[in-house]
Amino acid sequence: MSSVVNETYDVCVIGAGHAGCEAALACARLGLKTIIFTVSMDSVAMMPCNPNIGGSSKGHLVREIDALGGQMGINIDKTFIQSKMLNKSKGPAVHSLRAQADKAAYSMEMRSTLQNTDHLTLRQAEVCEILVEDDHITGVKTFSGATYYCKACVICTGTYLRARCLYGDVIEHTGPNGLKAANYLTESLISHGIEMMRFKTGTPARIDSRSIDFSKMEEQFGDERVVPFSFTTNPDDVQIDQVSCYLTYTNEETHKIIRDNLDRSPMYSGVIEGTGPRYCPSIEDKVVRFADKKRHQLFVEPEGLHTNEMYIGGMSSSLPEDVQYAMYHTVPGLENAKIVRNAYAIEYDCINANQLYATLEFKKIRGLFSGGQFNGSSGYEEAAAQGLVAGINAAMEILGREPLILDRSESYIGVLIDDLVTKENREPYRMMTSRAEYRLLLRQDNADLRLSKIGHRIGLISDERYDWVCKKEKLIEEEIKRVKEQRIGANEEVQNLLLSFDSIPLNTGVSLADLIRRPELSYDCLAPIDKNRPSLPQEVCDQVNINIKYEGYITRQLKQVEHFKKLESKKIPDSIDYDDVNSLRTEARQKLKLFRPLNIGQASRISGVSPADISVLLVYLEQGKYQK
Amino acid sequence: MMYETDTIAAVASAMSNAGIGIIRISGPDAIVICDQLFQGKVKLSEADSHTVHYGHIVWNHEMIDEVMVLVLRAPRTYTREDTVEIDCHGGVLMMEKILSCVLEAGARPAEPGEFTKRAFLNGRIDLSQAESVMDVIQSKNELALKNSMHQLNGMLSSKIRSFREDIIYEIAYIESALDDPEHISLEGYSDSLLIKVERLMKELDHLIQTADHGTMMKEGIQTAIVGKPNAGKSSLLNVLAGRERAIVTDIAGTTRDTLEEQIKIHGISLNIIDTAGIRETDDLVEQIGVERAMDCMKDADLILYVVDVSKPLDESDDQIMREIKDRKVIVLLNKSDLTPVVSEKDIREYLDCKIISFSAKEHTGLDCLEDHIKEMFFHGDLDMNDEIYITNARHKYALKSAYESLSHTRESILNQMPEDFFSIDLMDAYEQLGYIIGESVEDDLVNEIFQKFCMGK
Repeated sequence: MSSVVNETYDVCVIGAGHAGCEAALACARLGLKTIIFTVSMDSVAMMPCNPNIGGSSKGHLVREIDALGGQMGINIDKTFIQSKMLNKSKGPAVHSLRAQADKAAYSMEMRSTLQNTDHLTLRQAEVCEILVEDDHITGVKTFSGATYYCKACVICTGTYLRARCLYGDVIEHTGPNGLKAANYLTESLISHGIEMMRFKTGTPARIDSRSIDFSKMEEQFGDERVVPFSFTTNPDDVQIDQVSCYLTYTNEETHKIIRDNLDRSPMYSGVIEGTGPRYCPSIEDKVVRFADKKRHQLFVEPEGLHTNEMYIGGMSSSLPEDVQYAMYHTVPGLENAKIVRNAYAIEYDCINANQLYATLEFKKIRGLFSGGQFNGSSGYEEAAAQGLVAGINAAMEILGREPLILDRSESYIGVLIDDLVTKENREPYRMMTSRAEYRLLLRQDNADLRLSKIGHRIGLISDERYDWVCKKEKLIEEEIKRVKEQRIGANEEVQNLLLSFDSIPLNTGVSLADLIRRPELSYDCLAPIDKNRPSLPQEVCDQVNINIKYEGYITRQLKQVEHFKKLESKKIPDSIDYDDVNSLRTEARQKLKLFRPLNIGQASRISGVSPADISVLLVYLEQGKYQK
Repeated sequence: MMYETDTIAAVASAMSNAGIGIIRISGPDAIVICDQLFQGKVKLSEADSHTVHYGHIVWNHEMIDEVMVLVLRAPRTYTREDTVEIDCHGGVLMMEKILSCVLEAGARPAEPGEFTKRAFLNGRIDLSQAESVMDVIQSKNELALKNSMHQLNGMLSSKIRSFREDIIYEIAYIESALDDPEHISLEGYSDSLLIKVERLMKELDHLIQTADHGTMMKEGIQTAIVGKPNAGKSSLLNVLAGRERAIVTDIAGTTRDTLEEQIKIHGISLNIIDTAGIRETDDLVEQIGVERAMDCMKDADLILYVVDVSKPLDESDDQIMREIKDRKVIVLLNKSDLTPVVSEKDIREYLDCKIISFSAKEHTGLDCLEDHIKEMFFHGDLDMNDEIYITNARHKYALKSAYESLSHTRESILNQMPEDFFSIDLMDAYEQLGYIIGESVEDDLVNEIFQKFCMGK
């Protein structure tokens, strides 16, 4: 009996996907003895679906992860094969980076980072049980019976818990890509009072590039000048030879085949129980729900430099294999396509994140944290962001330090987590810029200014990086002041420059800021007539330009944030008994008891809690303050 | 969005067409705001605290009313904030008019129970009263909501709903293009948006004009006359209306079987609804009338239950009394001039309320009824509809804010701002319009995006 393995760590991380890797790295880098478990050493930071990192609002998340000292940005900068800044023609708040990854390289690079980090052990094993004493996590047990004692544990099981993959009537009880599912942990979690639910998602087929006729598709190139994700990456280091993606379309014939075979889809026959996301519907969903659309776009994207596999973006499906062949073959360029991996839907166990605090710690079990798809989200970036926060907070708890709670006014990560823990999510949660109410302030270009200080305080951002951010902040402030005071006269040189940009000439002198605000002009293009301009790094110039140009809107949002912060700072004590607050409406009382918000701001965002309920709560809290 | 440090205003006196009306303004800018519309011997901002000033309210060069203004500086005020009270010449229209001037000058309409809430949060009210403060807030809110729902002119709320649908569609379009730029293009979009925004602005402006004429809300205590057929309900309405003929205004009946009359009793506004007689019937048309009568009963603030004492109580009476048991009810024992077979005692068995012997034919009992309504009102049993004035003001305020947000959108389009800025202002307009019909934003946008637009992957 004594032959069983027993080891002791500070932190156990279950799962080495995008969430787990960030969680484990954060803990180890903060000096904690950390072990991270994976069902397969070959699936570390695996990308089982789309071969890219970033995209609208997700790119913001990656920049924020980077500013807090996470790894995702650095890892993709080293392994991308094409990169694009999306929405460049729109406002700066919605510019968003997206890079195509070499999947294998991405995974290997991350594995090597984990294996070369001090205090960190990477271990292939399936965790089957969590050990809890007095509502506090004490360790985990693996399939082999080994016990790993710990002070904190982060669950990042992604889509592996009791996973099953489906297409047609084929059901495989595996995780993604045929990897082993984790079939035991769910039961252990339930036995400790955690409520589980079931979500589903899906992925399209991968097709052999040699069987594709690219001449029938539109080639899509990367940006000429690539912007890196990480603030630590030298932009000159990412100007690589990029590979192309291709654009093609479905057609009426494709849709007919799909419609004729709907009854063979497990989604429609009712075999799938899990709730799928509305934002990345399967092709059969699109054909049914948007019946009037004659065609749907498909993006054909390489999975890496050392594989022939091409990802068929826009055509995920759970139709049977033969229907998959038939429908892919109707697409221009895919007439002779050879499928390398079938499209499939995957179902998995996850939780409703209202069981967590905004620290991502379970309300019921101290020391137990969770992140990623397990929390009901979707997407690599959403996962990594949560993993980082969960890891940091596991570390903060062990070290007896203040937890990290990012709010909605300082980051997309804050929006993501706040939404997860205070809203009732009925589908896998995806980040969107429209979810961020203060998005003009939460730009991808200023993530370092917003979050590096926090990253530094935590201990994941170096003094050197921190010092630069402080300096940058000061330079921006000084230059904005100068630009507002700098007068520009109506002289010939000025008028000529204005005319060259189709801008109306001046009648009288104006400030330089006034000119920058004109839509056709910018800080940069006015350089020739701005004689006193100091020499500044481009990233400083960009910030000055944005802050001047959109000052009106930015000021408005800053005001809203001020009010928001007031509500967030009104804490609700842990000990509150909502049954004691008589005037609350029943619905509000139930919701408040369920979510147990940390502050008045959070409470006000819970659906079913009215402004009157919030007023009642404020009065109640005030009363309690004096009674104590 | 409720700010706790801005300046709020509301009508503070009981609603009434008689006597003096009081507008109360509280918050850091209360005095500065009132200075903009008050013309008297002294500037209010230079006046001592707790002093009264005679003068006029003048807004947009128009003399509105002759007033007394009370200047109260923090902290010795009800809310412990700077407070101004404007005593005007009573009258519903005058109070509304002055309130809307105050709002235009920069105050915000107070939320239900907000003065009380501030008084408490600023330490003015004893802690032992916290419980009742919470009750006041909650009940006033419920009432305001009810007012919004039931008294909002039906046309208006359906219009606002359709504006909101139009707006959220545009936002969703922009947002889905931002989230999925490779699927949805915004090429040429701002031109078409401009046309839509200008159309919405025009329609909103029209609504605001309507609101200024005070026709947004049905005013007064919602009073339903109920009873069996031929109990004398219509006679009661005629008697009440006839007596006050001079100030009666007709509101065209929205349905052919209920009739509404606005009357005033001792200066208290009542919106009296005469309903179809309630009884079991197989006649389909009559059934609809009965259903409507039941609905009216549910929404009413006050129920006048007319009983024909010359006929014995039956199942229909049982049904009515079950429905109105816990409501504000006055029972009128009508036809008291005939030989009664129903006594006050018979009713007492079911209902604990005021019972008045009455004859519509001979006009007896009418004084007693009017006195009792007045008494209920001044005891606060019927004070709820004070909220209607402020509800009306809140609606106008929201309409104007929505209009301003649309006008911002228009400016941004004309200034060639990027499309993502449009949706910020459009969202504000959407939110403001939602206040009027009691709907918040929640996940509307995300739902609209997924429902109307096909997203990638």
